[in-house]
Amino acid sequence: MFKILAKKILASGIKLFEIEAPLVARKALPGQFIVLKIDEYGERIPLTIYEYTRDKGTISIIFQEVGKSTMQLGTLNEGDCLSDIIGPLGCPTKIEKVGRVVTIGGGVGTAVIYPITRSLKEANNRVTSIIGARTRELLILKEEMEKASDELFITTDDGSYGRHGLVTDELKRLIDEGEKIDLIFAIGPVIMMKAVSNLAKQYNLKTMVSLNSIMVDGTGMCGCCRVTVKGRTKFVCVDGPDFEAEGVDFDELMNRQRIYLNEERLSIERYRERECRRNG
Amino acid sequence: MAKIIKEKTPIPEQDPKIRRQNFNEVALGYSEEDALREASRCLGCKDSPCLAGCPVEIDIPAFISLIKERDYLGAVRKIKEKNALPAICGRVCPQETQCEQYCTLGKRFEPVAIGRLERFVADYEMVNTKDLQPITCSSPNGKSIAVVGSGPAGLTAAADLAKLDYKVTIFEALHKTGGVLVYGIPEFRLPKAIVEQEVEFVKRLGVELKLSVVIGRTLTIDDLFSEGYDAIFVGVGAGLPHFMDIPGENLNGVYSANEYLTRVNLMKAYLFPEYDTPIKKGKRVAVVGGGNVAMDAARTALRLGADQVFIIYRRSQVEMPARREEVHHAEEEGIEFKTLTNPTRIIGDKQGWVKEIECIRMELGEPDDSGRRRPIPIEGSLFKIEVDIVVMAIGNGANPLLTSATPDMAINKWGYIITDDEGRTTKKGVYAGGDIVTGSATVISAMGAGKRAVRAIHKDLTE
Ligand SMILES: Cc1cc2nc3c(=O)[nH]c(=O)nc-3n(C[C@H](O)[C@H](O)[C@H](O)COP(=O)(O)OP(=O)(O)OC[C@H]3O[C@@H](n4cnc5c(N)ncnc54)[C@H](O)[C@@H]3O)c2cc1C
Ligand SMILES: Cc1cc2nc3c(=O)[nH]c(=O)nc-3n(C[C@H](O)[C@H](O)[C@H](O)COP(=O)(O)OP(=O)(O)OC[C@H]3O[C@@H](n4cnc5c(N)ncnc54)[C@H](O)[C@@H]3O)c2cc1C
Ligand code: SF4
Ligand code: FES
Repeated sequence: MFKILAKKILASGIKLFEIEAPLVARKALPGQFIVLKIDEYGERIPLTIYEYTRDKGTISIIFQEVGKSTMQLGTLNEGDCLSDIIGPLGCPTKIEKVGRVVTIGGGVGTAVIYPITRSLKEANNRVTSIIGARTRELLILKEEMEKASDELFITTDDGSYGRHGLVTDELKRLIDEGEKIDLIFAIGPVIMMKAVSNLAKQYNLKTMVSLNSIMVDGTGMCGCCRVTVKGRTKFVCVDGPDFEAEGVDFDELMNRQRIYLNEERLSIERYRERECRRNG
Repeated sequence: MAKIIKEKTPIPEQDPKIRRQNFNEVALGYSEEDALREASRCLGCKDSPCLAGCPVEIDIPAFISLIKERDYLGAVRKIKEKNALPAICGRVCPQETQCEQYCTLGKRFEPVAIGRLERFVADYEMVNTKDLQPITCSSPNGKSIAVVGSGPAGLTAAADLAKLDYKVTIFEALHKTGGVLVYGIPEFRLPKAIVEQEVEFVKRLGVELKLSVVIGRTLTIDDLFSEGYDAIFVGVGAGLPHFMDIPGENLNGVYSANEYLTRVNLMKAYLFPEYDTPIKKGKRVAVVGGGNVAMDAARTALRLGADQVFIIYRRSQVEMPARREEVHHAEEEGIEFKTLTNPTRIIGDKQGWVKEIECIRMELGEPDDSGRRRPIPIEGSLFKIEVDIVVMAIGNGANPLLTSATPDMAINKWGYIITDDEGRTTKKGVYAGGDIVTGSATVISAMGAGKRAVRAIHKDLTE
């Protein structure tokens, strides 16, 4: 059993847990994730390791409540236990000094780009970050990202904070300003990663993305997480989650994320009904 | 002496029409009367030829003779001297190519139904013993061994090591113990409660289980040595699904058999939404392959509510690697066999869902390396089958997760771990056995490999 030591609400529907998981904390590196299972009935869901404290033996995760599992997770509190945490999984992000890097986080993808941003900076890169959210209330990790990068730009879709627009608008501006960009790292909704990738391709800029396919085991055993990269099938959980954006079949990935749409809806309706009944 | 009964005592089974709609066990097991009748067929041969066919050396005539004496608990104890998992083996072992193949009776009549008798006494014990005391070893010998993987190879190695007074810890990547027994083989062939009870027996021997620990990620083999383990047994199975590399395999609705079966068995998707993990329930399902895995996937699809399920296999029924009994069960349940047929591509609709599978007819040519006649496509024979789910059950390979994190342990060109005849790998103190050494094989051969490795470990640590 894995105990939740601290819980923080970062924004509406976005929460942070600090969890006791000494073995995972000991090995975790930026870019890696865990698979989490809440209880006997739970599914196995992948979540990025946001932070780890080796000597304390804890890891932190940030999750957005988008369906049954993440909503149920959100109802748990300090002191509660999770039945399983498996990890660290996936290949750690390759952190090298390349020069100037632009890291981009969209929505809860900001939680995933944060540890990468920090490491890239520690590796003496000049790091410019862009984070975007639909609206001001959903913006997370502003201070953390400010600290982790040399400069930070913020966009909101509705203009309620920072630049009114999309992260790609901000990226385009940086490109147009002319300062050389050696690497772009973009993590967020697939549609955003696709847009960044398309833009970067026009300027021949190398872009990395972290893919969030549906998973089961997270160890390369089931093939559920497969994506097409440069015409070849790759398993996100073991070959990734980081891939060079050029050549990723984003449309296929988006399509595969929709496989269980009906079941997800059913699951959430049933969950809400039961919660309603329980809370009277 | 009474006249010999020529045929095996039949095992009661659920009616195919009913069972194709539920996940309950198909074969119901012998009654006491059935077991006594079947045991009475055994000749108790002095040279016991059946023994030669048992990879874990169960004293078959001895346990059958205890059944004759109605000492069922004695019989199961006799088996457990060699085999910690009799209720599992009695259900899933291909006895027809093992012990029963060598049975004297089999030369003229049907062999003794050794597997069914094994199952009978194992089940009898589960129902009739309440006393679940730990079976503590006489005195721990001071050495500890790590076992990686809790499939049949790992469980057997752990049980045998515990019996030799080692302190044993199993590290398992998944959240449940049992390997393929819990994630692959379906409930209707091997109820998970049975696996749990046999695992319980291994625990009672003093074996400790650490679940959700992925060796190669959470800990490495060298970490285990630094934690003080004196030797390590690796039994991580062959968990890497193969695909055909044909167009359309990443369409929505295409599964590997591993994913399909894992969702249903390990994650209990057949009980969705009570359990959270979903599965797509197709109306028309194609399963590609001809082994036990394909039969399991096809019969699972039926039980999830499919109207029509096709097995697509490129050779003929004779060459099918699946157990005859499983093919027979599948046929009884109404699975349609499209043999001498090979998929060429999977066709999707506008939304990216599987719509059809395109196949080509095959004919058999000259024998190939495997000794089976090589299937050759017949030109111009393409045709399509309308389906909404496709399951690829064309085999598994070696999962590189552990081996790539252990570069000083040699693997062959297919990624399987290289060992000597007794299970020693090229890395000192590390032993291996089961599917990760041989490639996909059987439960009992994995168990045999676990046993062999324990002998080597014991020899190396006591010399
Ligand atoms: C490597 C990786 C790292 C991730 N890191 C984070 C993270 O740090 N924070 C975070 O909030 N989310 C993260 N995700 C996504 C997260 O796993 C899903 O949001 C979660 O599984 C949804 O479960 P649910 O039952 O609440 O929602 P559901 O109702 O099941 O689904 C809602 C939506 O989430 C998507 N989804 C469903 N199941 C999965 C799954 N197993 N994997 C991925 N997406 C899924 C569906 O496509 C759907 O659009 C990550 C995913 C991956 C693959
Ligand atoms: C669907 C299906 C049906 C089958 N039917 C039959 C049958 O009827 N009769 C029969 O005899 N055989 C059958 N087989 C074959 C048989 O199940 C296997 O040969 C046998 O289970 C192999 O045993 P094993 O212990 O080597 O590996 P597995 O059973 O595969 O167990 C390996 C275990 O190691 C764990 N593991 C993997 N990597 C790691 C890691 N890095 N760290 C920690 N743990 C890890 C896995 O999660 C797994 O639990 C079937 C196989 C399948 C897939
Ligand atoms: S060979 Fe057959 S008849 Fe002879 S002892 Fe073995 S099971 Fe009995
Ligand atoms: S999640 Fe099963 S192979 Fe990647």
